[in-house]
Amino acid sequence: MSLVRIAQLSCGPEYSGVQKEIDEAARSVEAEIFFPDIRLADIRQGFDLFGLDVRSPDLKLAIARARALVEGKIEADAVFIATCFRCAEAAIVRNELRRYIHENSRLPVVSYSFTERTTAGTLLTRMEALTTIARRRALLAREVQEGLTLGVDSGSSTTKAVIMQDNQIIGTGWLPTTAVLKSAEDAVDLALKEAGVGREEIQATGTTGYGRFLVGEKMHADLIQEELTVNSKGAVYLADTQHGPSTVIDIGGMDNKAISVQDGIPGTFTMGGICAGASGRFLEMTAKRLGVDITELGPLAMRGMGREVPMNSYCIVFGTQSLVNALAAGSSPEDVAAAACHSVAEQVFEQQLQEVDIKEPVIMVGGTSLIQGLVKAMGDLLQVEVVVPHHSQYIGAVGSALLASGFIKGS
Amino acid sequence: MAKVFIYPTTSLILSDLVARFGHTPLSAALQIREHIQSPGLESPPLQITPEDPKRGLKWAAVEVPSGVRGRMSLYGPMIDQAEAAIIIHDADFSFGCMGCARTNELIQFLLRKSGIPVLDLRYPRTEEEGIEFVAAIKKFLEELGGGGA
Repeated sequence: MSLVRIAQLSCGPEYSGVQKEIDEAARSVEAEIFFPDIRLADIRQGFDLFGLDVRSPDLKLAIARARALVEGKIEADAVFIATCFRCAEAAIVRNELRRYIHENSRLPVVSYSFTERTTAGTLLTRMEALTTIARRRALLAREVQEGLTLGVDSGSSTTKAVIMQDNQIIGTGWLPTTAVLKSAEDAVDLALKEAGVGREEIQATGTTGYGRFLVGEKMHADLIQEELTVNSKGAVYLADTQHGPSTVIDIGGMDNKAISVQDGIPGTFTMGGICAGASGRFLEMTAKRLGVDITELGPLAMRGMGREVPMNSYCIVFGTQSLVNALAAGSSPEDVAAAACHSVAEQVFEQQLQEVDIKEPVIMVGGTSLIQGLVKAMGDLLQVEVVVPHHSQYIGAVGSALLASGFIKGS
Repeated sequence: MAKVFIYPTTSLILSDLVARFGHTPLSAALQIREHIQSPGLESPPLQITPEDPKRGLKWAAVEVPSGVRGRMSLYGPMIDQAEAAIIIHDADFSFGCMGCARTNELIQFLLRKSGIPVLDLRYPRTEEEGIEFVAAIKKFLEELGGGGA
């Protein structure tokens, strides 16, 4: 496999002790990090022309390097922008460079703010997505599922399996993730049973999600791919918006993804998972505390007024405490459910959606997209009508099954 | 002979000037060389590990970005032992460059707070200014005493 060359635009990783982690994450997905070489004169001209008068020379260098990439003076397959967490000046540059590269080139770009605790493991999915986009652009262009394929999404909370045949979903399986392999096997069995086909008939298999490597190896998958590209593909396929721009939001059990998509291919994306207070897990805890099934939380929230309940915590522990306090103070379960949905939506909006350009249609996918209260809260915040496609909870499995059909012999 | 902190700390010209006048320049090159030559560390390019930003907590609080703290783990010990400092403002990149503006502000603040003699100079843009620039540095270094060109 040829190495994917990722240009690094950064300020601070070598002084934070994390450059090694960045290099390692890239190496593990058959990519190499390089720093675009430019002349001193180009540095001066680069940031002058860009028009952002920052004071840090390393950021000026990053700007000049970005210009050289966009102008084609330096060749790269993808771009990784990294600056220190909590640096306001760097955050401005990071966002503007990401936008600049996205709007003026076809280079996939991801930005990240690191601390000294950032590890290669944290960066792996992002690097994998960058290389997938660079390496598998032709595969990602696939718009129609062919043959009989299986897709498995081994997520942190739930495992999903989908059987597709001739561009139709003919079987689904959904189970909470316990033992990764067992959950995957059982979910696949459910999907096969519903589809009425035998495992030996499957022509190609794709896996995604946290357990993708383990499950993929066990099932001899043709495609093992991270969830950022797979979910984007699945989302635009199911929403029937494969052409033009769109934004995909996936609030997962362990992390959230916001992806800016163009013609079914992610351009920029963010992936967050610092606090469970902004994840599906918080909504699970809310449902449990309210004594309702997670499937009932959405309709309950739709009947409530979230603003009646003070819930302003980034932390799942303190968020739950706010919830308990509200109930003890006499708030209705409906209002508390609505407040929990608003809290999660607001955190995703504040922490992640600021880093991607929101372009309609906005598509929500994943299990949490079935919680109507959350979808409504997100729509209210973004001032758009959020699209939730059919089978949205199976998005990773559908994307995997769709892309896996590219591996059927003769396809 | 005094230990003189130079700013930008990467300036080889400034480092050379200080040494020529018989003093010890405190420059980035020495600190970085020490890091790079430390055996057993595998954290290229500067051999700074995630432990270094933690050492930087001596000079900058935990809410300060890790890049600033990592840099301070290099420059902080130099500031602590500095007996004088020369600060060049608006230097050309080719003269010497320090990547992070926030670190640069903190370094200059700590140098002034320490009470050591500090020479502030603007980077020369003409030949005439260049002559005055070198003369000012020479005078400052001579007044520190203990040196000898």
